[in-house]
Amino acid sequence: MEITLELIVFTILALFTVVSAVLAVTTYRILRAATYLLFVLFGTAGIYFQLNYSFLGAVQMLIYAGGITVLYVFSILLTSSQGDKAEQIRGYKLYSGLAATLLSLGICLYVTLKHDFRPSHFEHGELEVTAIGHTLMSPDKYGYVLPFEVISILLLACIVGGILIARKR
Amino acid sequence: MIHMEYYLIVSTIMMFAGIYGFVTRRNLLAMLISVELILNSVDINFVVFNRFLFPEHLEGFFFTLFAIGISAAETAVAIAIIINIYRNIRNIKVKSLHEMKW
Repeated sequence: MEITLELIVFTILALFTVVSAVLAVTTYRILRAATYLLFVLFGTAGIYFQLNYSFLGAVQMLIYAGGITVLYVFSILLTSSQGDKAEQIRGYKLYSGLAATLLSLGICLYVTLKHDFRPSHFEHGELEVTAIGHTLMSPDKYGYVLPFEVISILLLACIVGGILIARKR
Repeated sequence: MIHMEYYLIVSTIMMFAGIYGFVTRRNLLAMLISVELILNSVDINFVVFNRFLFPEHLEGFFFTLFAIGISAAETAVAIAIIINIYRNIRNIKVKSLHEMKW
């Protein structure tokens, strides 16, 4: 397999994402964990861009990196005092968690790499935004107007619920 | 061309990092961050399967789009609950959280 620019970009993105993901769950400071989560989300957006799904990458950056991370940072600053460190987990809890995770990771990777997928192919070319819009708004067989409406009601319910739960009594 | 399996390896490692964090973390916000990692890895899988195996359809694309929206909603409600917990018991450790009804 020759080294192409595509492969180099993918390798950098993959390493960035994986290292940030591992650091996000192993660091002791919670604010750093949120920052590493932001890096993971940026890396994922990069993977979407690399797969020629620019719209999805933009959505990922706007909603996840722009919205959710800010929400996390604010709630961390609201709920933890300065210099607050996560207690170090030790002993059999750490080892059993690590062993279970690594074992399942091994099994999953083995199954994924052993499995014979149907022949995959990758064509370059952007997915047009008009196609996305038409599919999102069409009530036909492969249309998504019903999930679109349902998720708008869900978001409204979440706004109301969030205000109701978090308000001062 | 990059093989599809490479993307799946990245998402698998991310998913199990999230599971490890969910099992070992004792802080509600850190557990929520781990859940976010798990959701994100599943999104990558949807997109990759859509792109490489069924490029003529858009199912995985829209699943990811809706999953991003739903996870935003889930995070908002979870953080509201966590802030409410903090207001009542003054910390967000799992250990000191015995009941959620006041």
